[in-house]
This record gives sequence, C-alpha cells and structure tokens, in this order.
Amino acid sequence: MANLVGAKIERKEDKKFLTGKGRYTADINLSKQTYAYFVRSPHARAKIIKVDHSKAMKAPGVIDVFTGDSVVKDKIGGLICGWKIVSQDGKDMKCPPHPVLAKDSVNFVGDHIAVVVAETLEQAKNAAELVNVSYKVQKSVTRTDEATKFENIHEGIDNNLSFDFLLGDKGKTDEAFSKADKIVKVDIVNNRLIPNAMEPRAAIGDYNASSDELTLYTASQNPHLDRLIMSAFNAVHPEHKFRIVSPDVGGGFGSKINVYAEDVVIAYASKKIGRPVKWVAERSESFMSDNHGRDHVTHAELALNSDSKITGLKVDTIANLGAYSLVLAAVTPTYLYAPLLLGIYDIPAACCTVKGVYTNTAPTDAYRGAGRPEATYVIERIVTEAAKEIGMDQAEFRKKNFIKKFPHQQCLVHNIDSGDYDAHLDKAIELSDYKNFENRRSQSAKKGKLRGIGFSTYFEACGVAPSAVVMSIGSGVGLWESAEVRFNATGNVSVFTGAHSHGQSHDTTFAQIVGDKLGVAIENIDIVHGDTDKGPFGMGTYGSRSLAVGGTAIVKACDKIIAKGKKVAAKMLDGKPEDIDFKAGEFILKNSNKKKTIGEIAFACYLPGTFGDVNSPLPEGVEPGLIETSFFDPSNFSFPSGSHICEVEVDEETGETKLVKYTVVDDFGTVINPLIVEGQVYGGVAQGVGQALYENAHYDKSGQLTSASYMDYTMPRADNFPHIALDYTCTPATSNPLGAKGCGEAGTIAAPAAVMNAVIDAVGTDVQMPATAEKVWKALKKNGSKKAAA
Amino acid sequence: MISINIKINGKKISKEIPDNILLSEFLRDNLSLTGTHVGCDTSQCGTCVVHLNGNSVKSCTTFVADCDGAEVTTIEGIANNGKMHPMQEAFKKHHGLQCGFCTPGMVMSAVDLLKKNKNPSEQEIRDWLEGNICRCTGYQGIVAAVKDAASKM
Ligand code: FES
Ligand code: FES
Repeated sequence: MANLVGAKIERKEDKKFLTGKGRYTADINLSKQTYAYFVRSPHARAKIIKVDHSKAMKAPGVIDVFTGDSVVKDKIGGLICGWKIVSQDGKDMKCPPHPVLAKDSVNFVGDHIAVVVAETLEQAKNAAELVNVSYKVQKSVTRTDEATKFENIHEGIDNNLSFDFLLGDKGKTDEAFSKADKIVKVDIVNNRLIPNAMEPRAAIGDYNASSDELTLYTASQNPHLDRLIMSAFNAVHPEHKFRIVSPDVGGGFGSKINVYAEDVVIAYASKKIGRPVKWVAERSESFMSDNHGRDHVTHAELALNSDSKITGLKVDTIANLGAYSLVLAAVTPTYLYAPLLLGIYDIPAACCTVKGVYTNTAPTDAYRGAGRPEATYVIERIVTEAAKEIGMDQAEFRKKNFIKKFPHQQCLVHNIDSGDYDAHLDKAIELSDYKNFENRRSQSAKKGKLRGIGFSTYFEACGVAPSAVVMSIGSGVGLWESAEVRFNATGNVSVFTGAHSHGQSHDTTFAQIVGDKLGVAIENIDIVHGDTDKGPFGMGTYGSRSLAVGGTAIVKACDKIIAKGKKVAAKMLDGKPEDIDFKAGEFILKNSNKKKTIGEIAFACYLPGTFGDVNSPLPEGVEPGLIETSFFDPSNFSFPSGSHICEVEVDEETGETKLVKYTVVDDFGTVINPLIVEGQVYGGVAQGVGQALYENAHYDKSGQLTSASYMDYTMPRADNFPHIALDYTCTPATSNPLGAKGCGEAGTIAAPAAVMNAVIDAVGTDVQMPATAEKVWKALKKNGSKKAAA
Repeated sequence: MISINIKINGKKISKEIPDNILLSEFLRDNLSLTGTHVGCDTSQCGTCVVHLNGNSVKSCTTFVADCDGAEVTTIEGIANNGKMHPMQEAFKKHHGLQCGFCTPGMVMSAVDLLKKNKNPSEQEIRDWLEGNICRCTGYQGIVAAVKDAASKM
C-alpha cells in the first residue's frame, strides 16, 4: 500500500458538506422541542434593580422564564476562569463572580440576564420584550488604556486590575539596556477582533426524566472539557449522567472553547421544564456575546549593540480581559504571549509585564493564535523598525540575529528543539522575487501607487500540552490527549479521539496515520469525535495541538494493537511473538512464508473459543477483543516557524491599501496531508490580513458595540486577496514520534506583522491596525503627502 | 396565511404558509432541507444562497410568498442521481471547504457564476464571490475549484 502520510488526499468529510448533509447543532430538531431567547443588557454597566417577568410568563406560548434568581435558587454555579495567573507580588489574579444569568449588575452590552422558553421561537422572542428589567445605569469604561484610571467596576478589584504579570529577568534586561548602543521603541495597539466562525453558536438541551440523563448538543471545540466544567463548577448535572454532543461545528477559532452562559442555561432549562430546549444565536448576538480576541496596548523597546546584534527586549502590555475572565482569558495574554515575544532571535535578556484589566466590554479569550499573534506582532514590528533605523536590509538584520543552533534554550521559557530559520527565509526571498522588489516599487509608482514590502519571520509554541508544564503555571487541567483504536470483528476500524474537528479535517488526516500504521484502507477507518458518550475523555482542539498531541495518542494506541496482534499471530503461526514482523497490514513469521493479515487477526481476537476443529487463537492470558487506548502527554511544545513576505499598494489619494503579493514558507515539521495544511495556512493568513487591514471591534463612548453586524465589522472577502504563494521547509519536531509541529494558527500569527510592515513601508510613517483607508489617508497627510491632502 | 405552489429540487409543493415566512426558514424548518444555512441577520454572509428560477438569491431575505409558481434549487438538488455536480467535485479536489458551513451557499453562487460567465478570470471569480463570506479557507481553494469546474463544464 502506498504511503498515505505525506500524500495530498481529498477529504473524507467533504461529501456530506458539499451535498448539504452536514449536521450542525441548528440542524437538529427534537420531538417536543421548545425554543429559548435570551434577554440581554442594552447597557455597558448598570445595577439591576428588578427583573419583572410576570407579563412575559403570561404571554402566549411561554413555558417558563428563568432569571438570576432562578439559577441562584437552584445553585447553578457561575462561569469560571480555567487558568489562574499569579501577579508579580505573588498574589493570585482577581476574578469577579460571573453568574450565568446576571442578578445584581450587568457589565457589558449583551450580558445575559434572563431566558424565555416558549413553544415557538417567535413566541419566545415576543415574550422576551415583555421582561421588564429596571436598571440604574452607571458610567462605563471600554478602552484598554483607560481601565486602570477608572473607578472599580467590580467590587474589591482595585484599579480594575486582575493581575500584574512579570516574566523575565528585569535586572539583567536593565543592564543590557544601559549598555546598549542603540535603543529602538515602538507603541502598538493590537486591535480587538471578533472571531466570527460562520456557524453561530447554538445549543439544545435534552433532559430525559426517566433515565435522569441530560444531553446537550452544542457547537464546541472540546465537549469533554465542557462536560467536566458544567458538572464540577456549574453543577448542572453529574458527569456520568451528562452527555455532550458537539456534532458538525462550523468553525471555532477559539470562540467555541468556552463554556458559555447559554450552554449552562439551556441545559438547566431543559432539566427544569423536562422538554428539549433549543437556542441558536443570531449573528448580532454572536458579535455581542462570543468571546472577543486580542485588544492589547503595548510599549516595547529593543536594545542593540554596535554590531547590529539584539542585546535586550523590554515589553509592557495592557491586555483587556473585558468584563469577566473566561476560561483561557488570563493565560492568553501571559504565558501564551510573553515567552513568544522573543521571536526567532537569539536575545540574551528580556522582560515583559502584562497588566490584565477589566472593562465594560465582551470578555476576551483565545482567538486563533491566542497570544502568539500579539507577540509576533510586537517583535516583528520592532525588529523591522530596528533594521530601518540602523539602515540595514530587513532580511540581513533578521538573519544576523536568528537562533542558529538547536536545541536552543530561550532566555524566557521555551526550549526550541529544532528549526532552520535561514532556510525558510532564503526560500521565501527566492519565491517572492525580493531582489526585484525595487523595480516593482517603481512600476507601482508609475500607476500612482505607493508600494511597500513587509517581512514577518515567526515561530510559535504549539501542540499546547505538556501537562506538568502547563499545570505548574496555572492551568486547571493537564492537556494530554486520548485515543482509542477499536478493531471491529469484520476488520474495519473505529478510532475515537478526544480532539475535535470543526474544519481541521481530522477524519482524513487521522485516518491517513492509522491507515499507514495498520495497513488498513482509509475507507475502512472511521474517526469518531465530538460525543462524550462514545470516546474516552479528551481535551479537544485548540492551540494547533490535534496532530502533535491527539495524532500521537492514536499512533501509540496503534502500536499497542500491533503488539497484541503479534502475540495472537505467533500462536496462530506457531512462532514466538518476537519472531513476528508487522508490515503493511500483515503479520509475518520471520524466515517463513507464513503470515496473517491484520483483518484475520482482528477476527480471531473476537472468536477466542474452540469450535469444531477451530482452536482458540488467543494465547494464554491474552484477553479477547482488539481495542487499545492511549493517552499521550508530550515532553515539550512543538515549534513551527516560517517566513512571510507581503507586498501592498497604497492609493495615495484615497488611502486604500491593496494586498498585491503574498509569499509564505513554513516549517511545520512532518506534513501529513499537504492539501489540508495549505488550506490551514491560506485561511490563517486571511484572518491575519483581516486583522491588519479590515477588522475592528469598536465600542463607542457609552459602551455600545458599534461593530455588531457584517455591515460594520469588515470581514475579509474573496476579492481582498491575491493568489498566495506557498512552500515549505522541514525540520521534524523531536517531541512527538510523528515529527509534526502544528499548522492551524501559523498564518494568523505571522500575517498581521507582514502586512503592517508593508503598509508602513509604503506610507513612510506609523499606522496602527486595522490600516483602513481613512487611517492610512490621515497618516499620509500627516507625513506631508500632497496628494492625500487634496 | 397564503397558499403557494412551488417546485423545490424538482418536487412540486403546495402549502399554506404564513405570509412572513422566509425562504430559508421554509427550507430548513418545513422541508428539513438544512443544507441551506443561516449565518447572519443582515443579508451579508451568503451561507443561505439558493437558486430561484435559476438565479442565485439569498434565501434569508426572500419571502416564500413571493415565490409562488417559482422553481427553487438548493444544495441538496444539484447532484445528479447521486453523482456530485462538477462544482461539488471541484470543491473537494481543491480543498475549497473546511468546516463546511459557508460551502452550500458558496457552491450555489459559484454554479450561478458559471452559468453567466463560462470562463471567468481569477479576478472575476473573486469579485463574484464577494457576497459569500468564508472564515476558514482564505478563499484560495474555492477560487481554484471554480476555475477548475469552469474548465470541466
Ligand atoms: S444568512 Fe447571511 S446572507 Fe443570508
Ligand atoms: S469552510 Fe468554514 S466558513 Fe467556509
């Protein structure tokens, strides 16, 4: 059988999606189903004086209305922060209570107050209008840089400061700066984004009173974690009687990691009324209530010596957590961010502070890349400025400072096992025809366009896992992954993974791995995920971890299958297990032509008795069946890296920026399916370009989200992109047997810096993201452009 | 309530319906044709695109009441006797989909483009698909799929 790993194989999951047979949560309808509609705060900050739902209760079709009082009475717990950060003074971060239905106060527009359950959606919606909430409206703060100066929005959290985090050696860094020959400074705003998975969140609760089983269908990236949290903290239902099904999910990008108030409330409401309850977010609700991402304000300084070598890095960041702290809200701007600030440069001293602040905005959390795009943006902007200020070529300055030897222990956290940074930069320079850039610049000038070029040479720490490491720095759980490989008696294979696919193509990639390992055709391999009643406990999909961690768990389970198969084959072939080789689906007795296929072995494992002439094929002490489970916990993160080179054209009159050329060369270690990896990169780049040029979540002075529809929040569309050129280099990861490093977030991590460096190169002066026509036009004007001034 | 006669994926349907019901709701809730998705509330995302009398429309902003006598084709209706439409095949071949949520609308828009322009340029494809948002693919695989389908149809 030809090697499946490394081959461009079309996806197994495509046909259902292409023919309209996908089954997303909103597509599910249950008998006797009811509909829910949430009452949300129209104010950014207010005290709740009274929630009067008496009129709503009497409205046609209404079955029940649940409020903050109901959940308190039924002892439903609030939402949690899953990863606690310790401040530099040794104190734990401060987390305000986060009830699933607000009782005393609301803290952002869209905060959840009550839910109406009715026979039809229309009735629920109409009755929601009749829930009368009286508020005492208070002053609010939404801006990141104003939060610490504003009155406390949560009782007992002074200066709205959740934590004041420090990473690095301040003394050593100060010393590096005192000896520096040159110090480069940048001020950066990392704009707030809204993840915008195309499938809006949805949930259906289905309580079965006779078996006391509760099922929640929900669009989630990690159903087992959801169940754990909802059982242990929200006290919705005991874990062993609680099933979470996350069927086809229309994109996640981090926004479907959290257990949301709606999940808890829908599950709870179904239990209360004893009927299924369905809720599907309207897009405007998604804008308001999905977790947002990014939203940093940063000052950074870089120290250089006279030999153009970087000697130190200092970064101070304020990260906006929004109104409450969600599951990964605190780790995202700290441990997922600060260590990554070093980029792929050999920097001997660094320190970074991060103030996590509360404001009256939607809570932020992981959004594709989570911390790493923010960090990459800082280092790649400042490195670009440094090269410019000392008059050195962008590529040359980077190469001069690249880490060259591996493994490399960085001065902050990570020990990078492998890489070759010159290799991907050289390849990208070649592929992008860098040497002729100045010609292209003058050609653009002839058309009246300002052309700019930008580099972004990035790395990321992914395969987010090593449990010992993550738990030592505050994670509430270990991030190993599980797999179960189950041979059925007829020879086909069901593989259960704790990872979850919501576009990542696990049905195909994982089947390729199993197919190669076990010598089974991929048509006969089924990858099962997304149902807590089916597979073993798993941690889900985020942080580009599914292949490196989840894929490895599958490999390990396959190894166990082969080991058991050898014992059975030995008995059947009259040999010793150590004399059995396994290759391409066959167990072969050494130095003989005796062999058994893995299908025959599987069948034998299910027929262990004696029947007529057939003797049991199972050796003494070997259990029947052919099912193996494995839990994999890697020793280290994996470290993909790459080089992006972007060219833009700016219209000097209008300020409009057009992406005209984009080149990517990535090192993802072993690539299982290039077709799928390319897709991850293109999609990632598009999101990064979105952040750089178009997307911005905006709150006005009164705290209203003014970008709560696709008319006001600019999503990148097909006509915003040129063809993206893509190639690879490969240094395999050493922390997992596949050699895979992860590819899901790379594009989003690298692209904003590449694009903005190009924009700033074209404009000739600083511009903050997103580089909208208006902002660029103003920058040009400020920079003395005559045309822009017209 | 009004009564309408409508042909959906070749099947004649006569029904009494409320006059404010949208085509997307009708397809999804009354006919269980859930391949047509709803991704927004402002007619901006294109996940709901179907063909109405052969032209692509956003079903989330089309009243069924206005479709009396019309012929509607949804994503469920373009395969031929179980054989996928060349556009569906091309999306598969070029990895034009990931999570699949935008896909039905995207395919229906693309099929309509090729009806109106047999051999579109890359820019024409990108411009045409401007009304369909995909958050996953970065559009590159989609554009490649449409080009390839054009060469095969
Ligand atoms: S649902 Fe978004 S355009 Fe129709
Ligand atoms: S494939 Fe997910 S939105 Fe397009």
